[in-house]
Amino acid sequence: MKVHIHVSLKPGVLDPQGRAIHHELEALGFDGVNDVRAGKLIELDVADNTSDDDLDQMCRKLLANMVIENYRIEKLETA
Amino acid sequence: MAFRSAVITFPGSNCDRDMAVALEKVSGSAPQRVWHGDASLPDGLDFIALPGGFSYGDYLRSGAMAARSPIMKSVIAAAEKGVPVLGVCNGFQVLTESGLLPGALMRNASQNFICRDVPLKVENTQSLFTAGYDADEVITIPVAHHDGNFFADDATLDRIEGEGRVAFRYLESCNGSQRDIAGILNSAGNVLGMMPHPERAIEEEHGGSDGRALFENAINGLVRA
Repeated sequence: MKVHIHVSLKPGVLDPQGRAIHHELEALGFDGVNDVRAGKLIELDVADNTSDDDLDQMCRKLLANMVIENYRIEKLETA
Repeated sequence: MAFRSAVITFPGSNCDRDMAVALEKVSGSAPQRVWHGDASLPDGLDFIALPGGFSYGDYLRSGAMAARSPIMKSVIAAAEKGVPVLGVCNGFQVLTESGLLPGALMRNASQNFICRDVPLKVENTQSLFTAGYDADEVITIPVAHHDGNFFADDATLDRIEGEGRVAFRYLESCNGSQRDIAGILNSAGNVLGMMPHPERAIEEEHGGSDGRALFENAINGLVRA
């Protein structure tokens, strides 16, 4: 089973990387970009019987830092 | 009794030798060098140091992998028993990632790697690490980091400030840290994490010796005790 873990900074946490990307988009002439937040996508290939709880624990114990980040688990159809 | 310390080396640590030299120069005893994959620490340690560097290439987040390496279980257990633990730079990142210290260290607000001497105010002079400084003393210690931007939520910041756990504060804009925090203590006072490198400031011929008092006080305090 393919699983995508989307890790993003919590609202309110300053994102210097997102800000730099925002400035660069404006410098390239793209108007109307209100905000940019940069996150991470982690692709997992796990056993089909991996439980939701295990996926949740993987995120909490390692993949996301719960002080500054949120995560979202997206299970993809097996290819 | 001889001072017994250990310096933990992770793959990608690069200040472990500097830390070992500082501990040996000040204490007269060479620290034991411990590898991240070791299952346990040497017995009877007086002091554990987590050095600077780029453990595991800063993969995922700075300090994230090192915080979960085999030796850290023993480091966490020792810290919880009261053994002094000093984490510098990447060592501070490992301490926050392992949960021994609150908050997180994010990319510098400027996005730049910052490598220069910075003035610090000593905010807490009660701890084992900081009692060798005068209240509000200003010291100069080098920083060299890309991810030193200390973040915690307001409630956590208020709590650590209220408990006197801010050890050092930047006196000039440095990396965007909340409330200019450069180093913090755990609630028991035996774990200190800081981004500046005191181990690089122990001899005048290397540009300054303001970091020496940290080691002297910790070592003398422990040998006396």
